[in-house]
Amino acid sequence: MAETAPDTSFTNQDFKIIGTRPPRPDGVDKVTGRAKYGADAFAAGQLTALILRSPHAHAKILSIDTKRAEKLKGVKAVVTCEDLPDLTGGNRGMLDILENCMARGRALYDGHAVAAVAAIDAETAKKALKLIKVKYEVLPHVTDVDEAMKKKAPIIQPHIRTTGVDPKPKKASNVAARSQFGHGDIEAGFAAADVIVEESYKTEQTHQGYIEPHACLASVGPDGQGELWVTTQGHFVFRNTCAALLGMEVAKLKVTSSEIGGGFGGKTHVWMEPVALALSRKANRPVKLTMSREEVFRASGPTSSTSIDIKIGATRDGRICAASAELRYQGGAFPGIWGMLGAMTTWACYDLENCQSVAFDVLVNRPKSAAYRAPSAPMAAFAVESTIDLVAAKLGMDPVDFRILNAAKEGTRASYGPTYGPIGIGPTLEAVKNHPHMKAPLGPNQGRGMACGFWFNFGGQTCTDINVGVDGTVSLTVGTMDVGGSRASLSLIAAEELGIPYERVKCNVADTASLGHNDMTEGSRGTFSSGMATIFAARDVVKVLRNRAAAMWEIDVDDVAWEDGQAVAKGIAHSNLSPLSLADIARKSPTTGGPIAGHNETVADGAGVSFASHICDVEVDPETGATKVIRYTVVQDAGKAIHPDYVEGQFQGAAAQGIGWALNEEYIYGEDGRLQNPGFLDYRIPVCSDLPFIDTEILEIPNPGHPYGVRGVGETSIVPPLAAIGNAVSNAAGVRLNHVPMSPPRILKAINAAK
Amino acid sequence: MRYEAPTSTKVAAALLAKEKGKAFVLAGGTDLLVRMKAGMVEPDLVVDIKRIPATQIIKKSDSGFKIGAAVSGASMGENKALKKAWPGVVEAANLIGSDQVQGRCTMAGNLCNASPAADSVPALVAAKAKAAVVGPKGRRTVAVEDVVTGPGRTSLKKGEIIESISLPKRVAKSGDAYLRFIPRTEMDIAVCSAGVNLTLDSKGLVKSARVALGAVAPTVVLVEDAADAIIGTKLDDESLAALSAACEAACSPINDKRGTVEFRTEVAGVLARRAAKIAYQRAGGK
Repeated sequence: MAETAPDTSFTNQDFKIIGTRPPRPDGVDKVTGRAKYGADAFAAGQLTALILRSPHAHAKILSIDTKRAEKLKGVKAVVTCEDLPDLTGGNRGMLDILENCMARGRALYDGHAVAAVAAIDAETAKKALKLIKVKYEVLPHVTDVDEAMKKKAPIIQPHIRTTGVDPKPKKASNVAARSQFGHGDIEAGFAAADVIVEESYKTEQTHQGYIEPHACLASVGPDGQGELWVTTQGHFVFRNTCAALLGMEVAKLKVTSSEIGGGFGGKTHVWMEPVALALSRKANRPVKLTMSREEVFRASGPTSSTSIDIKIGATRDGRICAASAELRYQGGAFPGIWGMLGAMTTWACYDLENCQSVAFDVLVNRPKSAAYRAPSAPMAAFAVESTIDLVAAKLGMDPVDFRILNAAKEGTRASYGPTYGPIGIGPTLEAVKNHPHMKAPLGPNQGRGMACGFWFNFGGQTCTDINVGVDGTVSLTVGTMDVGGSRASLSLIAAEELGIPYERVKCNVADTASLGHNDMTEGSRGTFSSGMATIFAARDVVKVLRNRAAAMWEIDVDDVAWEDGQAVAKGIAHSNLSPLSLADIARKSPTTGGPIAGHNETVADGAGVSFASHICDVEVDPETGATKVIRYTVVQDAGKAIHPDYVEGQFQGAAAQGIGWALNEEYIYGEDGRLQNPGFLDYRIPVCSDLPFIDTEILEIPNPGHPYGVRGVGETSIVPPLAAIGNAVSNAAGVRLNHVPMSPPRILKAINAAK
Repeated sequence: MRYEAPTSTKVAAALLAKEKGKAFVLAGGTDLLVRMKAGMVEPDLVVDIKRIPATQIIKKSDSGFKIGAAVSGASMGENKALKKAWPGVVEAANLIGSDQVQGRCTMAGNLCNASPAADSVPALVAAKAKAAVVGPKGRRTVAVEDVVTGPGRTSLKKGEIIESISLPKRVAKSGDAYLRFIPRTEMDIAVCSAGVNLTLDSKGLVKSARVALGAVAPTVVLVEDAADAIIGTKLDDESLAALSAACEAACSPINDKRGTVEFRTEVAGVLARRAAKIAYQRAGGK
């Protein structure tokens, strides 16, 4: 008999340990170096693999001669696209993934994989790479998003016809898609405006900058069974993708996720894992493949560079009466959804009668873009929140008050379609307005800025097991790998539901053979969705515990209640029965029906949207253009903070990445279309001394779609920093930067131009 | 690849002179090992000079300081007498790399790596430092500004090694300073830099000065016009403006991923002005 799905709505229950801050279970291993990351797996007889990459931004591959490399002593396999035949059955998206992993007749960006070798050691593999002769016919290239949209730009993918335009174009272009969102009458809105501000913005390409490079250990046997150990945000999705690309059966490829040294969206895509599997299959030996930092920059998935136009009209009383945006996002050499996501988020913070956002997803000769923490939202927010400050100034209004007046609220129709339930944008703005940071004095050359941000959040497919040990400890098995402390949060949830101490729960991330499918740890879904599945798996356990208690007492299960972590016999008739703890019941389990377990599988709907407002103080050196962030405060709605330390950690980490993006990080391409700075020396993520202590304030506006009210917290706070810093720089130095990063040469140039 | 670690500079020079393939000197290794790992160089011979006693000591004498070629940045930072006499040179050497790199990196290596952006070199040039060079044909002394001839190139002949770097005797009322511009606060390479060394007379006027700029030309530039602009002054606004203008005029930088021509030129003038003020204060000027 089919059971009805459990009710996932918010219940406002009282908590005993949710909201406390115990240490994370993976902490000791991580600080002592015992934790095993992607490159830490070894297998008997393993080979070392290396990838040969295109030195050209755009080229036809005329021939690849691997004979001399194959003959080199110690080389066990060489693969090219010939060894990765197209098995995608006309699925262009899958073929794009395959072609990105290994070029098929053309190199589409500097760093595109062309061939790979597996050899007995790294030195031999290095020698073998030099023996592979590739003949290229270099083609004209384009790396700038605006240039790529021009009529005469070199076409990167001749099969592309722009989608979302009517009639469907007959000619190929670099614009993969046009998408549009919004409502109301834009023209009437602008006609009613007392002030109108129009600005154009550019943001440069940035990389997630995770410290751990991509790494895997692949092993495929002659019987078609395989194993893959890999650093990933989603081993189940990697399994499905790799199996499909290699023609393997899903159940016969076991994928285990290692500990992860940062992902931020960049480890949601396969970049080289299918190549490692193909090498292993050909060599019949386990193959270890790790990227160098240079390869990570050139051939994994940074986020888009963009070019954005914003127009906002407002009436004298401070209401925005029209807002329109055109957004151009490059997705690298393959079609993406990044412009579309940017357009969906553009106006999400505001309650607007007339709004519109039009996005173009554009191809350029750069690596295929990937998700980066609230993908596409920071660039749109930079453009919008910078312009909002300008409109407020033109109206003579305080920028916080202006935002409060126009903020979205419960019942607002969002620019991307849905109508909001209870949301946090208004409360975060009120918190900012009342925060002591807003009133703190500023010194010479210092300025303060603030900005808002939005992210959708996501739920998705989730599957969780709980197994009770005979000693009363509990093993919680989840399929969402842990990027930021979720094992601690999920253990808290299991402990809360079962009424046992946190220390009695051990949370493990299962491999793909041990649990049903789980979507990626992305979209801030780990704690939201696995938390939901953990709640229901724990309640499933409680059902079993009540049955076992009933059996031990030889009474009807309906007379057994579960209260405060123990079975209680209800009614005067059973008043002689002492409560049984989870441990009491577990101890007897071998004789009362065997192992005690609970399970839940779900598609976690109801992810609540999330908003943040940030405040930032900067000091700009007027003689060098150098900017120092001297104070930073994050206010974000968490719905319910399960483990506040890791919620704050997410706020701080996201703000830190946003600060780096705002001030220094950028992909720099030369005239030759090659990446000039594929390393941490010249791709400047902030170091510790670049950042102030990032202050946080957690707001809790419950998400109606989760029993505890949880909202995802991992991404939203990377959205406001670009604009918050831009607004602060403007207030400190009297110049507005419409180009991110606001590097010292750009700021000094602006200061000199304003003199 | 052959690795040798002789205990005398003479033997080291002979090994290098004899080698027919690509030979490299290893001191701290913070440049060489990185380049080897990146596959940028593939040596046939590496001669480690750290076991040569003369390369390991900081020696103070009547004629000044002698700093061995294998002395690490961290060791210089811990030498109180050196730091007191030449704070600008020490702060420049201490800016190379991270704390971990400081434990290995050397000024002689920084010099021989011949990067236009080397942190210690402008400070050494401003200090009028000299390098003691040992080669197959004996010893010679070379002014630091004559060691580097272009990016990655030096005037050292085959088999020649820098054994130590000497700083002159410090006269009273002297001070030096080094400043660099980097987009981050550490772990970075100078976009441009300035080293200033000066001595005051009894009235507090600048008696003599040397101003050197880094990362604004193929080699470090000694800007005599900039020194002239402040000699005979107490660093009033006018003379500082003249110093900056002279520095800007001496710049011939490139546009690259680290900075633009305009930025490097303008900021080099700013840094020279700021470094001059610090050196002046250190010399006891008011």
